[in-house]
Amino acid sequence: MYRVTLPDLGAFDVWRDSARTLASHGVRPEDVLWQRGESADLFDAAPPPSGPGAAQVTATKDFLSLAKSVLCHSASEAPGLLYHALYRHQDDPGALGNPADPLTRKLARLQKAVSRDVHKMHAFVRFREVPSSGNRRAFGAWFEPDHLILEKATPFFAKRFGDMDWTIATPQAVARFEDGALTFHPPAPRPDLPEDASEALWSTYFANIFNPARIHLQAMRSEMPLKYWKNLPETRLIPEMLENAEARVAAMRAALPTTAPARAERILERLQPGPVADLPASLGEAQVAAAHCRRCGLCEAATQTVWGDGDPDAGIMIVGEQPGDQEDLAGRPFVGPAGQVLKEAMAQAELGPVWLTNAVKHFKFRTTGKRRIHQAPNRGEIDHCRWWLDLERRFIKPRLTLALGATAAYALTGDASPLRARRGMVETARDGGPVLVTWHPSFTLRQSGQAAVQARAELVEDLTKLRAMQAQT
Amino acid sequence: MPKTLTEKLAILADAAKYDASCASSGTSRRDSTKDGIGSAGGSGICHAYTPDGRCISLLKILMTNFCIFDCAYCINRVSSGVERARFSPEEVVSLTLEFYRRNYIEGLFLSSGIIRSPDDTMADMVRIARMLRQDHGFKGYIHLKTIPEASQELIGEAGLYADRLSVNIELPRDDSTRQLAPQKKPETIRAAMASVRLKRQESRERSHTGKRPARFAPAGQSTQMIVGADAANDRDILSTASRLYSGYKLKRVYYSAFSPIPDSSAALPLIKPPLIREHRLYQADWLLRFYGFDVDEITSPRPTGDLDLEIDPKLAWALANRAHFPVDVNRAGRDMLLRVPGFGTRTVKRILTARRSGALRYGDLIRIGARMNTAKPFVTLPDWSPGALTDTDDLRARFTPAPQQLSLF
Repeated sequence: MYRVTLPDLGAFDVWRDSARTLASHGVRPEDVLWQRGESADLFDAAPPPSGPGAAQVTATKDFLSLAKSVLCHSASEAPGLLYHALYRHQDDPGALGNPADPLTRKLARLQKAVSRDVHKMHAFVRFREVPSSGNRRAFGAWFEPDHLILEKATPFFAKRFGDMDWTIATPQAVARFEDGALTFHPPAPRPDLPEDASEALWSTYFANIFNPARIHLQAMRSEMPLKYWKNLPETRLIPEMLENAEARVAAMRAALPTTAPARAERILERLQPGPVADLPASLGEAQVAAAHCRRCGLCEAATQTVWGDGDPDAGIMIVGEQPGDQEDLAGRPFVGPAGQVLKEAMAQAELGPVWLTNAVKHFKFRTTGKRRIHQAPNRGEIDHCRWWLDLERRFIKPRLTLALGATAAYALTGDASPLRARRGMVETARDGGPVLVTWHPSFTLRQSGQAAVQARAELVEDLTKLRAMQAQT
Repeated sequence: MPKTLTEKLAILADAAKYDASCASSGTSRRDSTKDGIGSAGGSGICHAYTPDGRCISLLKILMTNFCIFDCAYCINRVSSGVERARFSPEEVVSLTLEFYRRNYIEGLFLSSGIIRSPDDTMADMVRIARMLRQDHGFKGYIHLKTIPEASQELIGEAGLYADRLSVNIELPRDDSTRQLAPQKKPETIRAAMASVRLKRQESRERSHTGKRPARFAPAGQSTQMIVGADAANDRDILSTASRLYSGYKLKRVYYSAFSPIPDSSAALPLIKPPLIREHRLYQADWLLRFYGFDVDEITSPRPTGDLDLEIDPKLAWALANRAHFPVDVNRAGRDMLLRVPGFGTRTVKRILTARRSGALRYGDLIRIGARMNTAKPFVTLPDWSPGALTDTDDLRARFTPAPQQLSLF
């Protein structure tokens, strides 16, 4: 029988050294007695052998970090269970990784209890300011954790409160942080901390952030168990808050609506939007009016109206189908992948400035998981949105128009027949101007291999043709 | 007579409590080892709980509750007779730091009524965040509510100081917003979220020199929807949420049961806050984000488009789609395991790991932490078969609370 005594502070290092030695000598778990602090020696037991034994002892990094946590647990079986796991690990390295293994599960449960205790300490320590001799402010706190977590939990405070000195005293030990150095000391009697004015403000906040209409005591008690309350100044208010809650809610319900303060009417009048003209008188006015368009249902889901962009005096208008995901977010047409293709093709065709716009000005999509998938607008949506396209054309007065894809071709000409036969042809718009029909750049992105190369070449070809037509007009 | 700091705090905390968000997790890792005060970046910490069961993680206050808007559901609307107050920037900074040093909070959640103009209000809020970060080296968490109509420059600066930015959509349908919050524009709110998303995206892309731009709102953006103030059903609410997640990459959508406010508006009578509905919406939200469900599946069990209040949405889906069950726990893929009532994401992960060490039996699942009382009609194991249980007519009744006899008194 061997005995290992773990100290109150620095227990992990002692446990690790002893466990490694014992395991290297092949000492079985049931032959080791682990105890904490100095206590009466009930059994006739020897300290572990002084040097390492014959066997090589291995442990994973994960196990060591598990051990560091579990060893904080106040249960007396914790060090023994850990040794058992280490001993078994030498022959059966898979068991620790199996969540259904009873010992692994038990250790996981101990670890969870410790990390919950650590988390609650991070949450529920309440500092009070104490007089300071130097230029750093000083604070002190008293806390009663369930487990031996002071060494594990306090580096958090050192990182967080780097510019102040503080002391956290617990019944097991005391942590002190002075001038950037964290030290641990044996337990001392509970310190008498002076009153702190901020506590009253904190209590005011606590009482007023509470919503009396949604009492949920069970949630409060499970997250902030009663055992912590005695060291939390704000909890003193809880009985009173609860007592008044029902009456406060009843009073809210019973109260008749009051008349609005005098300033309300004045302010709201000032916020009234000015009268809107039935028919916008300029391109700018049309853009403003379109931003609040509700002619079809697309505005509910889309982010915003994407109005045309570019040079309004260029004489050329390029009309696409509708904004895509990126255009919808940015509020500008052709800034996504299809826009990239179009801009490259325009550069290749050496086409100068143009006015870029879409037949439908809101993005239509459906959501699948985390993505928004483009959906083609239907005939009704295109027809509703033609109001804006027609207005845009009235102000831009393009001499030439390029229709990208079937939606734009339909919106401009009223002809919904398939695009393949029409591509590269010049048709006549409803308002009389010439419309050259070509692929939508996103069509070239959807093709693969030779078809993609060809579609792209045809797009460039049509843009070149557009430039030639521009030179003639 | 000017109000004392305590009086202001009471008014401006009271005005802020209808915002549900209090998250302080998932931001960039930093601490005060070298300089300054504070740390952030781990999981959030809830420093206290009030009797409403909500946590206090941040100092959640309004800069001012004066507001020029008239939103019927809001305690701070211009037509309300509620008492008004305004913090000076120095007061907010000092409260935040003093609370922080005493370990009361993780940081600041600053919101505000709209005073003078959206830009003026946003500029004041940005100034407070700048003072905390630059003058006081504050490394704790900052959540700023953005004013949708504020200029892009101000939003851009806010994102440099704040961990999280949020704009509340408040109502799930545009027509409700127009009716109850006439000064708000749904399209402007969405455009503000889109711009935050794009700014976050840009801040993660390296420039051609390989230099990384400053982090922009590293903890992302969130929003809140009020439940029960308008006629929207749960399908409307979840569809809107799903669009917000996919479109603007929101970290969270919060659902807030419409709760009685002092001096309520005649336009919106007070109701008992629909807390169970709120809870079911959160469960459904989790199914959307972590369990691979889509809105139509979640809202399909009931023709009204509302969720079943008596049982959770995953169980409701399983009961309505029993053809998919029972599932063989030792063979099913992750997607299907996630659909078993009683199995959470963590349970599924453990099942998948444990399966490598051999077939799982009933007792193993209990040890792993699965809620087998819920799961057993829906799974098969080497030592368990639900037999006819999966298809019994009264299966739903097993999961609902026993009907209560009405009290005679």
